[in-house]
Amino acid sequence: MYILKRFLIMFLTIWVIASLTFVIMKFIPGDPFASDSKRLTEEVLENQRAKYHLDEPIPVQYVMYMKDLITLDLGTSIQSNTRSVNSIIKQGAPVSAVLGLQALVVALIFGLFIGIIAALYHNQFLDYASMMLAIIGISIPSFILAPFLIKFLAVDTGILPVASWGTWKHTILPTIALAASPLAVIARFMRSSMLEVLNQDYIVTADSKGISRASLVIKHGIRNAILPVVSFVGPLLASLIAGTFVIEEIFAIPGIGRYYVDSIFNRDYPVIMGTTIFFSAILVVTLFLVDISYRLIDPRIKVNSKEE
Amino acid sequence: MSEFKVDKSLFQPAESIDYTEKMRPNRSAWQETVTNILKSKIAIVGLFFLIVIFFFAIFGPSMSPYSHSEQSLTNANMAPSKEHWFGTDHLGRDMWVRTWHGARVSLTIGLAAAFFDLLLGVMIGGISGYMAGRNKRGDRIDSILMRIVEILYGIPYLLVVILLMVLMEPGIVTIIIALSVTGWVGMARIIRGEVLQLKLEEYVEAAEKLGTSHGRIIWKHLIPNTFGVIIVNLTFTIPTAIFAEAFLSFIGLGVQAPHASWGTMANDALGVVLSGEWWRLFFPGLMISLTMFAFNAFGDGLQDVFDPRNRD
Repeated sequence: MYILKRFLIMFLTIWVIASLTFVIMKFIPGDPFASDSKRLTEEVLENQRAKYHLDEPIPVQYVMYMKDLITLDLGTSIQSNTRSVNSIIKQGAPVSAVLGLQALVVALIFGLFIGIIAALYHNQFLDYASMMLAIIGISIPSFILAPFLIKFLAVDTGILPVASWGTWKHTILPTIALAASPLAVIARFMRSSMLEVLNQDYIVTADSKGISRASLVIKHGIRNAILPVVSFVGPLLASLIAGTFVIEEIFAIPGIGRYYVDSIFNRDYPVIMGTTIFFSAILVVTLFLVDISYRLIDPRIKVNSKEE
Repeated sequence: MSEFKVDKSLFQPAESIDYTEKMRPNRSAWQETVTNILKSKIAIVGLFFLIVIFFFAIFGPSMSPYSHSEQSLTNANMAPSKEHWFGTDHLGRDMWVRTWHGARVSLTIGLAAAFFDLLLGVMIGGISGYMAGRNKRGDRIDSILMRIVEILYGIPYLLVVILLMVLMEPGIVTIIIALSVTGWVGMARIIRGEVLQLKLEEYVEAAEKLGTSHGRIIWKHLIPNTFGVIIVNLTFTIPTAIFAEAFLSFIGLGVQAPHASWGTMANDALGVVLSGEWWRLFFPGLMISLTMFAFNAFGDGLQDVFDPRNRD
């Protein structure tokens, strides 16, 4: 019953996001044919507008869009004239998703590891060294890190391909560029909350009962300390899977990231709506999974009062 | 059995023992914080860099005879020299003055956006986490607040920025508002997650049984225990805001010319590094990284200072 209700709310949330985006989008001045307006006659422009129903009143356009949306038809891109938004997403999303998941896994594994090591060796050399690494990771923006990675690892040494997409070798540099900053943030969150947990009475108790160091850290430490990381990873997962504009642009990756920005500048209304709905669908699902995993990690947590 | 006899030699006068030696000196919370910051080496390093950066942001531009917008095409693309300490850009503008002028813009945006994120995020996250699972009404409050968060996450942030630019004039204030409107949701979700777990502690139950109001429990008992997470998130929010401004500049929506920010300067210079004009990316890039380093180091130190278990 609870799950069913949550699903209903998830659809409602997506609908609200879609509607608000629709309103904001129409509120911004501009027109998808602005760049064509000089070389096309007024008559042709009128025909073009009519083809995409842009001549109708906005409420009518809204109802028409929502009707199509129910059948999961996201319309046709105005910019490309023939490609459907569904096919744009179908082509770009898997590429972005592979890259995003890879980056997330790298960030999680190394971030958690570094954070835990730093907490265990609090105020010792390893703590300082890993936090230094984390601070450097946060301090360098990805759009500055990426050109340097390309220059040193691809152009100068030729170990890795410069850009584009194909084999797994192509994914290495963008994965590093994407993972660096979340990795550093995860490491810092983990260190902070692990330090808090390691000071708790139950850790001292478990330690004095002679439990091994490994199971003390894994069973009693990590499980209680990982919550802030989980909260952080939810939205991160959504935005990584859904694609990132800057990295895909720099590495010439045929993902979906560039459509988020390009469509807004071109006023390509169907693509703006399609990418927004795609992103928010992934988002509400990951945030729901985060809420569920709170309970799996700490069974005492109640997110809903009727759960017991 | 030998006889036990109480005699004076078993005792010693009370005044010869100094009971006060084990007590901590009486200090106010403020003194405590200051002494602890001074004890944390990493915080001092961070604080030092912050003071240096703020000093030059305030006084740097007036140390040089040039202005941030004055162009001189005969002096374009000059390497750092006695005349121009950080060199000049493609329009012959002095990079030293522009770097510190940019510092004012970037730091203002970063700090202001982080402040609003903190305010809204902690308030909404605290209420949401505390109310969740309490009763039907609490569930509804949590559910509504979290749906608002999801909706704000979902709406394309660029659309919001462009809309604000249309409604208001482009500029620093608009950028700060745009970053704040969409920025607080991350903080809110992290605080909510922490509070969901923290409110199960005995001290919360005790406070509740004693009739403490909800607001006081959230503010006095729960939020102070999330300081560690808040500080980590904050040291991450300030750079995010500075980078977000750089990204907006990257696509032409940031600070407008002739004003400069570190983001616009770095973006202007991305293409010219290969042709040898390294100083154009190096100085703004160095300042971004140094600022981040300083905030992070200071934040790390602060986190230990606010942790009561670290007091002796």
